Amino acid sequence: MDDAPGDKRCSMADAVAALVPDGSAVACGLALEAAIPFAFTHELIRQRRTGLTLIGPIADAVFDQLIGAGCVDEVEAAWVGNVTTGSGYCFRRAVEQGRPRPLLVRQHSNLTILVALQAAATGVPYLPTRTALGSDIATDHDGFAEVACPFTGARLLAVRAVRPDVAVVHVQRADAHGNAQAWGNLGVSVEAIGAARTVIVVAEEIVPTAVVRAEPDRTLVPGALVAAVVEEPGGTHPAPLPGVREHDPAAYTAYAEASATEDGFARWLDTHVLAVADRRAYRARFADA
Amino acid sequence: MPEPANRRELMVACAAREIRDGDVVFVGMRLPLLAFALATATHAPRALGLFENGIMRDSPPAAPVVTMSDGPNHEGALLTGPMSRVMALLAAGRVDAGFLGGAQVDRHGNLNTTRIGPADAPAVRLPGSGGGADIASAARRLLLVMAHEPRRFVRRVDHRTSPAYGDGRGWRARAGLPPLESVTLITTRAVMRATEASDGFTLASVHAGEDARAVAADTPFGGPPPPDDVPPTTEPDAATLAAIRGLDPQRFWTGAA
Repeated sequence: MDDAPGDKRCSMADAVAALVPDGSAVACGLALEAAIPFAFTHELIRQRRTGLTLIGPIADAVFDQLIGAGCVDEVEAAWVGNVTTGSGYCFRRAVEQGRPRPLLVRQHSNLTILVALQAAATGVPYLPTRTALGSDIATDHDGFAEVACPFTGARLLAVRAVRPDVAVVHVQRADAHGNAQAWGNLGVSVEAIGAARTVIVVAEEIVPTAVVRAEPDRTLVPGALVAAVVEEPGGTHPAPLPGVREHDPAAYTAYAEASATEDGFARWLDTHVLAVADRRAYRARFADA
Repeated sequence: MPEPANRRELMVACAAREIRDGDVVFVGMRLPLLAFALATATHAPRALGLFENGIMRDSPPAAPVVTMSDGPNHEGALLTGPMSRVMALLAAGRVDAGFLGGAQVDRHGNLNTTRIGPADAPAVRLPGSGGGADIASAARRLLLVMAHEPRRFVRRVDHRTSPAYGDGRGWRARAGLPPLESVTLITTRAVMRATEASDGFTLASVHAGEDARAVAADTPFGGPPPPDDVPPTTEPDAATLAAIRGLDPQRFWTGAA
């Protein structure tokens, strides 16, 4: 199968090097709390990406870590923090003190980021909703505008399409061509995959195509729409992956304590990301699961 | 005799009482998650809980849950899938009650989960809306669960992340939002309620050992004065308390209060 046409398997390092240049708009952490692609975001940090825009609903600590590592210029998200403990200290330092660099935040609600991705996925410049009308979210940035319904005259909030350059999903299984299957809570994965120019699949396990064909109702995205497949077991730790791995709350608590100060974060980053060659090495040291 | 309910356990019991059998409930994390589980285990077995990650369930998880995506929240669920399924129900007005919390709340029930201080120089940047703005926009009843700290109860929130009654009577209709039946604020010291007509929160009950006037003085967002006779908050019975402790055996969410 290795030499079969359309084999899209590659290493995480190669996928990031080839498909995620500096300045990319990256959607990840799309399922909410589960299936968070920490292996992917740690590789972004190791390759010292800069100028990224991060897109997601409640993306968990991956956004906080990328911000703290200086990779990010803009965030377009509903919530940025550590879902197990609350505040994201790197996010706070970036907004409150401009450290390590200033951050532009385009605040969304969960529904508005969903609608923004759905607009891009269906090829329209915006979609209307009633959510968040009258809130300060609706006037915080230029991604929203109040409009009148052309049929009823009702007041609506137009949500501008958000088109990621890259969407990254961690799935339970995929074949070598990128036909990817996922289950459990999916969050906005479907909309983000549809909206993105490039899709990277990170798979817990590579399976024969026959496995996909036997249960096509589990398919999140067909391989024809996928640029690369990375086999990365354990790639979501410390986040859970439904049916595969449990949440590791202690790792989140330790991260929260470490990242409360800039020095503590730097030490955490050295130990858990920069001094670790890849996910295999990370698992051996921190997630022996 | 088991030790009496602490304040967090009492809040869970109060929040569960606000869920009616058959309700569709938008469930949050932490105490609201326990409150929904408690309601389904006691008086509301036909309530349906929606989680913004895409889970729907109608029973307590078999083991403690730290985040809504943990294994026990999947096991025994009725549906797991995309966020669009649960958000569509919410946006279409099919959610009876939704849970929220925040760093600040004002007399009209608006919540701030975005920042303390001005936009150009925030003292504290909070994580943001998540699904909060969506719940406040569209659920028929809002259930707020918050620690009773006077600094949280402000005349005007620094950022209106999640709009309840906005500027007061008539505001929601002008803004284009659907009607909101009530906002119930459950704190570590009392239960308060606001409606579109009430123009602020009224004390519904105070927890054991609390004085209504003292609670009102520590709730400085203005609004109607406390009624002369504020009843004590009903304590959970032994079975309810046992159920709460069964749902949080390590006291992860209900300890130390």
